[in-house]
Amino acid sequence: MSHGPVTKWNEDGSSEYKAKLGVKMFFVYLTVYSGFIIINTINPKLMGIAILKVNLAVFYGIGLIILALIMALIYNYLCTRKENEMALISKEGDK
Amino acid sequence: MKYDASPIAVMIFMFIVAFVLFISYYFAKKAKTADGYFKAGGNIHWGVNGIAFAGDYLSAASFLGICGMISFVGYDGFLYSIGYLSGWIVALFVVAEPMKKLGKYTFADALDSKFNSKGIQLFAAISTLIVSMFYLIPQMVGAGTLVEPLLGIPYWGGVLMVGTIVILIVATAGMTSTTYVQFLKGGLLIVFSVVLTILIMTKGISTAPESRFGEYHVFSELEIDSVSGDTVNLVDSSYIIQDTFKTDNYWFVRIMDGTKETIWEVNTDENVLKETLFITELGNGVTVDGESTLYNGAPRDDAQFFLVGHMSEVDGSTTGDTGPLGVFDFIEAIREGKVVLWEKQVIQDDGDVISVFYQNETDGSDVLTPGLQFKVDSDKGATLGSRLDFISLMIALFLGTAGLPHILIRYYTVSSPAAARKSTIVAITAIGFFYILTMFMGLGAMVNGAIDLSNSNMSAPLLANAFGIWIFAIISAIAFATVLGTVSGLIVASSGAVAHDIMDRFMDVQMTEKQKVMAGKITAIGVGILAMILGIIFEGMNVSYLVGWAFAVAASANLPAIIMVLFWKKTTAKGIIASIAVGLISSMTIILLSQKVFDGVYHLIDITSPMPINNPAIISVPLSFIAIVIVSLLTKKKTETEQTV
Repeated sequence: MSHGPVTKWNEDGSSEYKAKLGVKMFFVYLTVYSGFIIINTINPKLMGIAILKVNLAVFYGIGLIILALIMALIYNYLCTRKENEMALISKEGDK
Repeated sequence: MKYDASPIAVMIFMFIVAFVLFISYYFAKKAKTADGYFKAGGNIHWGVNGIAFAGDYLSAASFLGICGMISFVGYDGFLYSIGYLSGWIVALFVVAEPMKKLGKYTFADALDSKFNSKGIQLFAAISTLIVSMFYLIPQMVGAGTLVEPLLGIPYWGGVLMVGTIVILIVATAGMTSTTYVQFLKGGLLIVFSVVLTILIMTKGISTAPESRFGEYHVFSELEIDSVSGDTVNLVDSSYIIQDTFKTDNYWFVRIMDGTKETIWEVNTDENVLKETLFITELGNGVTVDGESTLYNGAPRDDAQFFLVGHMSEVDGSTTGDTGPLGVFDFIEAIREGKVVLWEKQVIQDDGDVISVFYQNETDGSDVLTPGLQFKVDSDKGATLGSRLDFISLMIALFLGTAGLPHILIRYYTVSSPAAARKSTIVAITAIGFFYILTMFMGLGAMVNGAIDLSNSNMSAPLLANAFGIWIFAIISAIAFATVLGTVSGLIVASSGAVAHDIMDRFMDVQMTEKQKVMAGKITAIGVGILAMILGIIFEGMNVSYLVGWAFAVAASANLPAIIMVLFWKKTTAKGIIASIAVGLISSMTIILLSQKVFDGVYHLIDITSPMPINNPAIISVPLSFIAIVIVSLLTKKKTETEQTV
């Protein structure tokens, strides 16, 4: 039984770029996330120090959530730019 | 805790449920084909799909479980928020687009796309079923918990009701209606969480938080005159101490005031007896007014078991009141004050089992750092096991999201990989924003007398209830719709696994489109019934904790296979099968032998489980990766021949 995807779309050659970018950004985030776990296990008292009105735990925790959002937007921006670029190239190729 | 149903709550609830059923019916016509049933025709807009992702993800566990856990143990509940959200990074950066490209209906398709192996189809389907089941249990527990205060019907009634409504939804409409239900509910949940947070900030923090029900309970203390051995003599000698419960870990006394029984914690540091709350499970077939469980010594209907949750010191004063606060000032006020948390101790008393809840005044700075639930500081009793447990939880949450079948199938409802990516980003935005709010809602419940000690899942609805019946009814109904939506999604994922992966592909049953949809629907009914039964068995466990396990199983059984298929060319079909099997077996074995299950599910008292950790991921994820590498290398040649044939 054949198992190609049902919905068709144009393969635009940006896939490899996107996959590599994704893995790189994943490792950046993984590093920051691991930092959170490591501080908690090795020096939990550090999490109690005050930063502005909150403490490091709250700051780092909410920071991880906001960082995820910012990185997601950057990733989308770069991917979309590449997709458009590729689409332009293939269009010109058609002429 | 006794709850009375309010007509407004019932009305709003009925309206929302009716609306959900209407949507199901309306979209039912799209569900006639397999494409329509299992993936909504593949043409949902990415924006709608993104909010539906949020709807799928912000399940009962997120809303009820996390808020509840934060209100009981502070920051440790928020760890779930961080982990659940971070998991989306894995989904977005690594899994989203390739999954969309490789699969058709289920994630088994994606795993199997290079191999066409019967084994993968079977094992991926089994894994989907097990993970979905682990995820379904907490949703059912959440539903049962919710209907009690909302509609005044018992826990099991709630479980049965959700099961029945969901089976109706799924059996009529499939993925399209599930998507729109999730879209609406995800949106509503976020909007009303903002409203609730604004209410918390407007109210501020007081050491005696008033609610619409009136003044906060005043906790009594009895002064101790002298202590000799196990005997306590009180200053007021009109109180007679009836019984003493004392070990190295605790010291409680029982006082009878006429016929009214009270239990007190002996606090020798402050030289006082402190009031406790307690739940008695009467043994030996004894009942009081037909009830075998007593709350503060009285049947449930007497409403003696009051809500708790307050700070004992705010703004440096034991009678402080901050007035309206900004979000950061709110955190600061807690950090600099003292919060009264509650510890639970189960004691045996002649065949009766008594759960005693006693006060534990905790510095606000400790409430806002990890360590009250997952011990990480050796000064506060952390062990190697408890640290590993913490790390293990964080790994499971991080890696689990991208392995959840009901999340993965949502990638097939949009039209292209780019749309899959964009809907993931919408989801991250919505979910991240909501998770930040959980901290304020959880802490808000903690300091506003919205904690029912007998149920750690109720804090968010009870907090809403403290502010007003309308907001309570709306929040509860949304939470209930949350359960409906998530359960529908899970059941669609499970029925896809059975009808598509097992029957169509693994067993090669020849089915028309209609028969395939029918097989899916029959599975949906079966899975729904099983979920109801398990929901009743798991009553009383914190739903976020339960979902943590679903993530651990998903991270162990599914994610290693997905990652390796995408990034390691030498992966073989047998390697994938081994990885799924090892991940499933190891994670489930650890969970079923953990202390949490011993206490919460098997109800064993004072028995130490053989497993030093409660969360399996730190062991089971590496095992699953090792399995796929070793087996792939061992079976390399064989698979190549298979493929050429």
